[in-house]
Amino acid sequence: MLSRVADNLYWMSRHLERAEHAASLIDEHLNLMLDSFSIPVDQRWTRVAASLGVAMPDGPVEGIAQTLTFGESSFSIVSCIAAARENARQVREQTGSAMWEQLNRLFLAVRGAAGENQWTSDPHEFLKMVREGAHLFQGITDSTINHDQGWRFIELGRYLERAGALAALLDVHFDMFADLGPSSELSEHLEWVGLLKSCSAFEGYCKVYTADLRADRVAEFLLLNTVFPHSIRFCMERIQSAVRSLPEGSRKATARVVRLTGRLRAALSFSNIEEIMSAGLHPWLDNVRRQLEQIHVGIREAYVDYPIERSVGA
Amino acid sequence: MASPSRVSDRGPFAGYELDGAWDEMFDSSGEPRPHYQELYSRLLAIPADELRRRKQAADLAFLNQGITFNVYGREEGAEQIFPHDLLPRIIARAEWREIEAGLTQRITALNLFLQDIYHQGRILSDKVIPREVIYTCRHYRREMRGIHVPQGRYLTVVGTDLIRRPDGRFVVLEDNLRVPSGVSYMLTGREIVKRMFPILYQSCGVMPIDHYSQLLLSTLRGLAPREVADPTIVLLSPGIYNSAYFEHAFLARQMGIDLVEGCDLAVHEDIVYMRTTSGLVRVDVIYRRIDDDFIDPLAFRQDSGLGAAGIFNAYRVGNIALGNAIGTGVADDKAVFAYVPKIIKYYLGEDPILENVETYLMTDDAQRAYVLDHIDEMVVKAVGESGGYGMLIGPHSSTEQHEEFRRRILADPRNYIAQPVVNLSRAPCFVEGQAHARHVDLRPYILFGDKVTIVPGGLTRVALRRGSLVVNSSQGGGSKDTWIIHE
Repeated sequence: MLSRVADNLYWMSRHLERAEHAASLIDEHLNLMLDSFSIPVDQRWTRVAASLGVAMPDGPVEGIAQTLTFGESSFSIVSCIAAARENARQVREQTGSAMWEQLNRLFLAVRGAAGENQWTSDPHEFLKMVREGAHLFQGITDSTINHDQGWRFIELGRYLERAGALAALLDVHFDMFADLGPSSELSEHLEWVGLLKSCSAFEGYCKVYTADLRADRVAEFLLLNTVFPHSIRFCMERIQSAVRSLPEGSRKATARVVRLTGRLRAALSFSNIEEIMSAGLHPWLDNVRRQLEQIHVGIREAYVDYPIERSVGA
Repeated sequence: MASPSRVSDRGPFAGYELDGAWDEMFDSSGEPRPHYQELYSRLLAIPADELRRRKQAADLAFLNQGITFNVYGREEGAEQIFPHDLLPRIIARAEWREIEAGLTQRITALNLFLQDIYHQGRILSDKVIPREVIYTCRHYRREMRGIHVPQGRYLTVVGTDLIRRPDGRFVVLEDNLRVPSGVSYMLTGREIVKRMFPILYQSCGVMPIDHYSQLLLSTLRGLAPREVADPTIVLLSPGIYNSAYFEHAFLARQMGIDLVEGCDLAVHEDIVYMRTTSGLVRVDVIYRRIDDDFIDPLAFRQDSGLGAAGIFNAYRVGNIALGNAIGTGVADDKAVFAYVPKIIKYYLGEDPILENVETYLMTDDAQRAYVLDHIDEMVVKAVGESGGYGMLIGPHSSTEQHEEFRRRILADPRNYIAQPVVNLSRAPCFVEGQAHARHVDLRPYILFGDKVTIVPGGLTRVALRRGSLVVNSSQGGGSKDTWIIHE
């Protein structure tokens, strides 16, 4: 597969995953804001912006959700969908026609006046459309194209982005709401429910731990659960399985990617939540994020940005 | 010109007018021609609202599939939906056979011509064509002299534009021998029209065109210079800002080959490689959709960032095949076009089956004088341009524009030719809820492999603006599905 194509598929998938995650997060916080005893609005959006890794947008606080959705920034939902579509357009012959059609349809629905009108009449419906549009795209991807290299780069993009976003989200949340117990305020309780819901994790959590919410269990579920698709460990297992099936590009660079993914996957497999919490969640998550970044760079060096001399005659 | 007459006041044809142009659907008495009978009666049976609904559904399908083209000179990457007309243009099988025979003859002769002028130049020694006509061609490539091209095939894919005169005869307007485009609109348009009129399609017995991509692939495979079981074939595109990028991606996907850009290719010791996730992979055949000028900055334009340095050397030593070959543009130069009937006679000893549109050479004193006097009746074209750029349509232009072109012709006679304005035939198009007559042409796609193959049909281009004779998509034209049917 062409290096340029692999790169575009990877970024297409990352951008769309990012749009979907941002849509869930913003949607959930718009919902939490409806409760009268909720935390101050500006504090809330500062937190959302930090979870998404962007600076708090300027302007009145009422407009922040809209800015995060439509803003000029390359991290806004609409920008991410446009970027994903642009990546797909660069490699149109490699994406299946149904995939392209769905991504193009989503793009046409969210951009410009059509998107803003929909937002004005009902932001929740708009964000739901984004999430459903992204889910439909993923479904089409998984069920209509060959699960070959191209698909693996799509998997890598999706799960690296998701793992990174989860780590950021947990970090920001635990920084603010360190503990949760019977004495906690109702508003805090709702924030924890919101955290789970913004990762589509509430129902999954309840199945494992019942509706009894506890901070360490929430962390355990989102970090270490093996069967929930929005846990970091689940993401790492998918990343590792994708990496193992990639071709041997340059031996040294490929070996590095295998080693980096194996190391992080092992750390997640053999850790338990008590140890992590007692050593401090923040440094632990920081370390995870750094390793995810190394894997990202390693993949580029092994498959996309390698020097030509290395492989002539191969 | 006959005064406009109405054919019918029924259904979508209320107000449909005939004039001096040949009408594809109706004869001069206003009766539908036999091969259009089925479409005619079907359209009368479909309620107006239903037709509108189908038109909208078809437009939406084009939008969602992203069937677009880019227009140069506008904001970069501004994609436009390719305007597609709902109603198919129908040609009877018997007439198609003649077109097929005419094009086969023409392409065979043009390939021999290219082989000749880049080698012995017999046709020049025999003074059938003046040397200076060839050597002054913008697209003549001196670098190609004496180079052996794989299988002696200069032409791989050709799109020849035909128009139908008021007397009903198809004549050749121009050949596109470099990188003809539009075939993806033929293929996608068919898919959509088939869905809009499934019953009609079936009952008409339309000849299929879906196998075009397989034919193209095997034609390209036939060029492979190396004896390998599975040669690597790629499509080289200038990238997503090219006006035909949609088509490049479409064809690559249909053929299951890689779509590469210049940056994906690297040439090492006269072998062309592409950069893949498993390292460099050797390339055997390039279906190139970029012009000669841009293919190799070492051999041609140095400022080109679209090709790859070293491709031409790899080509010269026979390590790579290109479809089409470099330098084929010399044979579709609009001045050389005037000599094509002689070219056919010279190499094949046959009279041309398809006539040329009458063409005046501005280098000929008598012809030039005639054209300068009658410029308001002429279409004047720059010889090396295509896509409707750099031309004058006499009857639709101002006196200043006439003057301007007179000056340009006198300043550089070799650069222009003139043709009388041909009143292109008209076919019904679905515009604003009604059928209206619009001018059309026809571009069949010809594949030149072991033998010449033409999928039955082609791209019918439509001048969607009322009265307009310009069918290019860059100039407000659209397309129509083309059905070849048994009568």
